[in-house]
Amino acid sequence: MLEICCPFCGRRNESEFSYGGPAAMRRPERPEDLSAEDWVEYLTVPSNPLGPVLEHWWHARGCGAWITVRRDTGTHEIKPDSDDA
Amino acid sequence: MMPNSYRLKDGGRIDRSKPLRFQFNGREYRGCQGDTLASALLANGIHLTARSFKYHRPRGIISAGCEEPGTFVELLGPDSSGNRAATMVPLADGLKAKSVNCWPSPEFDLGGINQFLAGLLPAGFYYKTFMWPSWRLYEPLIRRAAGLAEAPAGEFDGREFETRHAHADVLVVGAGPAGLSAALHAARAGARVMLVDENAEAGGSLLDGRERIDGAAPGEWVRSAIDELAGMNNVRRLGNSTAWGIREHNLALILERGGEKPGAMLRNWRVRAARIVVATGAIERTLVFANNDRPGVMLASAALAYVNRFAVALGRKAVVFTNNDSAYASAGCLKNAGIDVRAIVDCRRNVPEAAKLRADGVRILRGCVVSEAHGRKRVSGVTVRSRSTGEDCESIECDLLLHSGGWNPAVHLFSQSRGDLRFDDALAAYVPVASSHPVACAGAAGGRMTLAGSLADGARVGIEAAVAAGFPRIPAALPCASEDSYSIEALWNVEPRGAGRKCFVDILNDVTDGDIRLALREGYRNVEQVKRYTTGGMGLDQGKTGNINILGIIAAAQGLALSELGTTTFRSPYAPVEFGAIGGTRSGPVFLPYRHTPVTAWNIARGAVIYEAGARWRRPGYFPIGAETLDEAVERECKAVRNGVGVYDGSPLGKFELNGRDASKLLELAYANSIESLKPGRGRYGIMLSDDGLILDDGVVFRLSKSRYLATTSTANADLVHRHLEFIRQVERPEWDVKITEVTSQWCNATICGPQAREIVEGLGTDIDLDPESFPFMTWRQGRVAEFSSRVFRVSFTGELSFEINVAPRDFAALWDRIMDVGAPYGIAPVGSESNHVLRTEKGFLSLGHEVDGTVDPYDLGMGWIMSGNKLDSIGRRSVELRRQGGAPRRELVGLLPLDPNMAIPEGSPLTPEGRKTRTEGFVSACVKSVVKERWIALGLLERGRARIGQTAHARVKGAIIPAKVVAPCFYDPEGSKLRS
Ligand SMILES: [Zn+2]
Repeated sequence: MLEICCPFCGRRNESEFSYGGPAAMRRPERPEDLSAEDWVEYLTVPSNPLGPVLEHWWHARGCGAWITVRRDTGTHEIKPDSDDA
Repeated sequence: MMPNSYRLKDGGRIDRSKPLRFQFNGREYRGCQGDTLASALLANGIHLTARSFKYHRPRGIISAGCEEPGTFVELLGPDSSGNRAATMVPLADGLKAKSVNCWPSPEFDLGGINQFLAGLLPAGFYYKTFMWPSWRLYEPLIRRAAGLAEAPAGEFDGREFETRHAHADVLVVGAGPAGLSAALHAARAGARVMLVDENAEAGGSLLDGRERIDGAAPGEWVRSAIDELAGMNNVRRLGNSTAWGIREHNLALILERGGEKPGAMLRNWRVRAARIVVATGAIERTLVFANNDRPGVMLASAALAYVNRFAVALGRKAVVFTNNDSAYASAGCLKNAGIDVRAIVDCRRNVPEAAKLRADGVRILRGCVVSEAHGRKRVSGVTVRSRSTGEDCESIECDLLLHSGGWNPAVHLFSQSRGDLRFDDALAAYVPVASSHPVACAGAAGGRMTLAGSLADGARVGIEAAVAAGFPRIPAALPCASEDSYSIEALWNVEPRGAGRKCFVDILNDVTDGDIRLALREGYRNVEQVKRYTTGGMGLDQGKTGNINILGIIAAAQGLALSELGTTTFRSPYAPVEFGAIGGTRSGPVFLPYRHTPVTAWNIARGAVIYEAGARWRRPGYFPIGAETLDEAVERECKAVRNGVGVYDGSPLGKFELNGRDASKLLELAYANSIESLKPGRGRYGIMLSDDGLILDDGVVFRLSKSRYLATTSTANADLVHRHLEFIRQVERPEWDVKITEVTSQWCNATICGPQAREIVEGLGTDIDLDPESFPFMTWRQGRVAEFSSRVFRVSFTGELSFEINVAPRDFAALWDRIMDVGAPYGIAPVGSESNHVLRTEKGFLSLGHEVDGTVDPYDLGMGWIMSGNKLDSIGRRSVELRRQGGAPRRELVGLLPLDPNMAIPEGSPLTPEGRKTRTEGFVSACVKSVVKERWIALGLLERGRARIGQTAHARVKGAIIPAKVVAPCFYDPEGSKLRS
């Protein structure tokens, strides 16, 4: 059970959150401008590194905010995303 | 039998004035307050207490703690639970227990025949033998023959389970010398301290030993420490509580047993701690020699506990076999208790003088090993071998054989928290590596094997934990204690003389050193693989006493140092935990609570058959009258809707209000079809896709005003859509001005449907003009219906004229009653989900769980118009277009009419070419008895289905092929004149 820090609510149990996938890549502004290869790449090949990754989490049973956290997949160390701070 | 014939006259921490009666395997025995089941059995001279897992060899009690590999029992009656180590069951009056793994009793065990088949049961035996034709065929049989305790059959009468959450600055696990010292120092610094210990009484090893602290018996120091902690309001102490797991971010899981009364509560604590101090001591390991599993062969540390804590003489004549100093204290302790200690067999050539002093006057056989234990149901003697000659040199008669293979720091919790270990050659054990981790070991768990060392280490770790948690650094205050020496020489096994003599490395799982070597010969190299193949260390005790011997044997066989070998993973639970305790109160109706609308009670009173529908809603399936069957009730309800009027409760539909300047833009992005062009007051059906082009949900969107919308979703997907819309708003388009409010439970709706629906709404009384010219299909009006403030929507999920009357939940039951009153003369029928399914199938309306799976897109459903708008971007469009570029054949929605009108096709049936046994070309998604067609009709997804209208498709079901004519997917009012009326 991870402990995730919500910038609005503080440190809360993972059970209050819902995982929302990797946050490293933003959705392309205009998908129709991408080549088919690039679009498929975006959709189906998210990187899964060992180490720090950016992730979306939804504080569904809390304040309702979608937050971005930086989690180390090797150690579970969690830091708020510096871009958000 | 003499009661308690092995109970010592005096001493111990038991209360002889409080006798307790208990039953073991159906026989009555007596023990004392303060006994465990194990100590009480031993006090009665009962050493044969179990049969082993695979070979059904006679087994006894081996330890005094949670490491017990010998005797597991099943508790009966109000405390019923399986697989409890006898050493960890506090004795209670009336306790009933029985051995596992033997029938009818350990003395006379029918499964014991396995002993004589032992040669046929090698490592990997199950994998090798029972694979043909299928393991599944043999599994139940083997489990019954070898099985552990049975799962309790009945309800837990009066048994209570509970979960509690807590926070701590410093959680100290273990209330022995190191743990008490750590807790005292952390608490004195001001930290919120939680101290948990698996025993009822604090003290740990101090309860068993005879050391001195500040010149007094250690109990004095323990008492003063407990008194000081009890006086501080920043300390919480739990006894009878086993920390059985550490999860991410220092979440500790602790099982608290509710004490000694029958039916007591089990409470599982989930404690989030800033720092955790693991002061769980060390666990003595066994030595591996022939017949080291005989009853009466026990760990040396157990003797200290049974003699000193429980006042039990374990035998009359003892031999001690060791490779380290600590067993000398056990020998001395037995001698003081009047037991004849005939020899200490020490594998080492040199024994420290300090060790010898602890067993003054006992004969020591240096450089010798026990090569074999004799006796079957009880040890009767040992053969001693000289290591220098390799020859057996002596036989000694005994009824108790103590052995000690050294001590393993109990690093289980530390390791679970991802702490690293290293092999320490001086201790011949794995010890924790100090790290920046918020979990630290103290005392013997950290490799400090002396009392003074443990007290000092506890203080140091406690102080550091408090500092790390933000409290001031305080000086250590230490009592004066002895600094006993400890030395060891690794001895992983003693080669047996001749084949057929078993040397156990895992006593609980019946794994021998021979099994380990066999696994290595068969090519298993990696420690984890050997463990899985032999099951060594995979029992209830997790190999606490034996694992390192397995590692030692593997290392020796491969010519490696243990530091090169690596260890296996320590997993939770540290000790067996009841499922009930993990579940806590989350069982039955509160496991996942039902959702209700205000008319659930009315539905039940009306005799509705209640279903669980998407997202745990309790919804009426159908409303049988009298002895009506399901089919009869559904037909009657459907006919009422088609010919007269019906009403259903649409409240569980997901509802969201979107408000703001950019609400249109958000909906435009979220829905595949255009929403922006909608005029205020009007609604439109829409489909929402995910970015990979799959259908997420469908629903109707109404524009309430220029910048305000109401979007409805299917019941089951409301939460998913909420998450999706919020993701777009907050993550993809945070700059947009729009707010999303879930109003699912703010609006309840009664949907009146059927040709006479308008008369009912008029009869209720309303200020809304119901004329179809001024209030057409797919529009909404605000007004009063009956006396209730309402939003009325003209949508239709049945194909009939419908008014969806939305009111506040507080008004809903009253509105419902009014509708039934006004509708009575019209024969209004309440309609359940079964009839809704028939009505929507007749009309060819989608049901997400039926026609939509993870493959279809709007084109497949005949709704290409959804995708035709000239939209720049909406989620999912790109992927849908991309997927269709290849031109591969798609499965398309069609209607199906079984050639035999009285033949139903089971929903889900595959469609194959001519019904042959070949690749499917689709499936039947819905099949109902139509009231308008008076025959069975179906919907299905069929490859290139639209081009095949007029042809015949074939459903392949068990034992039959059902031909059906392919038709357009709408069986009723295809022009839609009814719903627009
Ligand atoms: Zn929050």
